Amino acid sequence: MLNISGTQINFLKVRVITFILSAILIFLSIGAFFVNGLNFGIDFKGGTLIEIETSQEIEISGLRDNLNTLELGDVQVQEFGSSKNLLIRVEQQLGGDQVQQDVVQIVKDSLGSYLSTDINFRRTEVVGPKVSGELIQSGAIAIFVAVFAMLVYIWFRFEWQFSLGAVLALVHDVILTIGVFCITQLEFNLPIIAAILTIVGYSMNDTVVVYDRVRENLRKYRSKEITDLLNLSINDTLSRTIVTSVTTLLALLSLFIFGGEVIKGFTFAMIWGVIVGTYSSIFVAAPLLRYLDVKREWNTTSAVDSTR
Amino acid sequence: MLYFSNLKIFSVLTVIIITLLFAVPNFFGKDQLETFPNFFPKKQVNLGLDLQGGSHLLLEVDTEEIIKERVENLNADVRRVLKKNNLNYSNFKVSNESLKFIVEGFNSEIQKEISELSMSNSQNILAMGDQTNLIITQEENTVQINFTEEFIKQSVSNAVAQSLEIVRRRIDELGTREPSIQRQGSSRIIIQLPGIDDPDRIKSLLGQTAKLTFQLVDTSVNFDPFNPSKAPIGSEILASDADEEFKYIVKKRIMVGGENLVDAQPGFDPQTNEPIVSFRFDRIGATKFGRVTQQNVGKPFAIVLDNKVISAPVIREAILGGSGQISGGFDSEEANDLAILLRAGALPAPLIILEERSVGPDLGADSIEAGQFAAIIGFIAVIIFMIFVYRYFGLLADIALIINLFMVLGVLSLFQATLTLPGIAGIILTIGMAVDANVLIFERVKEEIRNGSNMMNAVENGYKRALSTILDANITTLIAAIILFFMASGPVRGFSITLAIGIFTSVFTAFTFTRLLISLNAKRLKPNFVGLSKNA
Repeated sequence: MLNISGTQINFLKVRVITFILSAILIFLSIGAFFVNGLNFGIDFKGGTLIEIETSQEIEISGLRDNLNTLELGDVQVQEFGSSKNLLIRVEQQLGGDQVQQDVVQIVKDSLGSYLSTDINFRRTEVVGPKVSGELIQSGAIAIFVAVFAMLVYIWFRFEWQFSLGAVLALVHDVILTIGVFCITQLEFNLPIIAAILTIVGYSMNDTVVVYDRVRENLRKYRSKEITDLLNLSINDTLSRTIVTSVTTLLALLSLFIFGGEVIKGFTFAMIWGVIVGTYSSIFVAAPLLRYLDVKREWNTTSAVDSTR
Repeated sequence: MLYFSNLKIFSVLTVIIITLLFAVPNFFGKDQLETFPNFFPKKQVNLGLDLQGGSHLLLEVDTEEIIKERVENLNADVRRVLKKNNLNYSNFKVSNESLKFIVEGFNSEIQKEISELSMSNSQNILAMGDQTNLIITQEENTVQINFTEEFIKQSVSNAVAQSLEIVRRRIDELGTREPSIQRQGSSRIIIQLPGIDDPDRIKSLLGQTAKLTFQLVDTSVNFDPFNPSKAPIGSEILASDADEEFKYIVKKRIMVGGENLVDAQPGFDPQTNEPIVSFRFDRIGATKFGRVTQQNVGKPFAIVLDNKVISAPVIREAILGGSGQISGGFDSEEANDLAILLRAGALPAPLIILEERSVGPDLGADSIEAGQFAAIIGFIAVIIFMIFVYRYFGLLADIALIINLFMVLGVLSLFQATLTLPGIAGIILTIGMAVDANVLIFERVKEEIRNGSNMMNAVENGYKRALSTILDANITTLIAAIILFFMASGPVRGFSITLAIGIFTSVFTAFTFTRLLISLNAKRLKPNFVGLSKNA
């Protein structure tokens, strides 16, 4: 029988180590962002994406060379899940939105004459410069708005100290998630923005549960040393934090393994986010409260309520 | 918290059963559903284009063209009025949105005349009432004429509405299955075409403005088609549709335009067996065409489509019947498409394709299959894990989870929300997160027991204490889902929908259904039921 209840782990004791660890990871992420940058998919970079399925295996390098003779700029060809499924990416063409449309036809014609097998066009996406510009903007705005909304909500429900701690943890999670995409150079596209927003929600969810307990314990143990109190609160909620993370990860892993190639990037981001989010609520959000001078006198009505 | 009145039990179960009923149609084929009684819900989940296969196109009306055209018309109107009043003007400048010139003797009378002419010419475009559409400012002899912002806005808005209508007609003509054509923002159109994974033909149909005109060929000048000299005033040089290098010189004046067509049909020329498009004019068009052809027998006229000459036949005799045919070396599909375009009418401005996303039916089916399989595996894993951790209570939470999953499906069907591939991911994520509310409660119960409460009180207090935490925790996720909903479109939006529905149903089931199950067993509850060892 699994029992994580009643633990008395001294999480705050390792806070210097975990803060340093987080700082290093953040540093690495920001570094990778400026050195490697994000590998933007066509959603944000514009261009054309064609997924094909062929009846026979195709030699990729030959096909790539052939497509590169079309003078369409950078053409990437990669396997997608199996050796008969190929993903072809053509970079955005100069000359505005209308020009992008011709690419599909050119590539399709070329594939038809170069490959002798049956070709099944599974997916075609063409994103022009106007839309890709808007998507990247609205994606960035959405993440900012989400983080800001969390800041306001926690401020409203708790106190500014909690709100600040939670948002710092949140920014930590977002930076680390973007960082892992910079380092791995996995494609960063629209669903990844959705994943980051969900991570924002999930990580906040985790943090709120811990903070809720901190607040409750602040009312209950008025003279307890803050470090002990934070430790107690993390331990009180540890079992829940782990169980929920495990169930969520179980579902996500299943999706990652069996859910198909199209949403793999999305699921990867979510898995990473859940791990980072869980870590940050225990090792970042809660320990931060120690430095934020949390108020110990809560309003009288609730104080009376909790002194029973 | 554990006591449920019969009324409460009844209402909780009713809500659940009704929601579940809405999920049922998804497990039957369309034919089977026909045999169900009338009162039974029959709506199935709406599958997104990424799951059922289809094409999504985002178009933009080229609004600059519209404004340019309006300014050009204004330009002609103003010059006409100035000429009529024998005013000499100089430094005539046409900019993006205004006209500017220097003239002597410009007065309020002429100003009024310009306004009235421009208004009457704009009346058929839009009804502005008595409002003027021009702002005329005069500084000594310099006159500047602008359109009012209101007029520009109205013109654009009208052109977009008109484009929407024409796009709809063109697509309907092709007999596409349940297309969805919607306006987005001020100048965009979203087209969703289920079942079409190669929208090339539609794209080419939408890529043409299809402005058809009949213009006389200017025979007054000697002219080399491959090396044209400058066109005289009142004429223009146009390229042939078949051969870009071959030019025609045609009179700018339009004999008849495509707006006077009432019908166009593809067919074959009985003599040459060549594909043609035969057309019929309305009464005004027929009269105009008859008159011009009568006066110009023996001369060629050009049939011009989108500024390209399709053909330039010689008028053998006056064409008075109001019908004719176009032959231009098309194949039968081209003839068919041209007929569609002419029937549907010309677009007021060109359409630009900003985005295309097409998914073949295979990929959609594969995605559904993979999604379902992943959901089942994830589901089983979570169920086993919950029983492992919380024993009997875990089992109750699992029952709630199953109910929860069907409720999500039911709500999706009820509101006819669109299920997309990220939407399936949202449901799977919900499987993982839905148990959270129960986990929070069970952990509280455990704690209460460890602190010495008896089982009944522990459960009672567990629910009470967990409530605010559960609300806070879920509201944060809900905020993220709502932001995502407003920011995203298409498949990603589907994710925010299932995520949000999942939050509601999981909180609902935790607080009603699981609690109900526990309360029904209240008397027999023991600490080990929640996963605590007996000596804890």
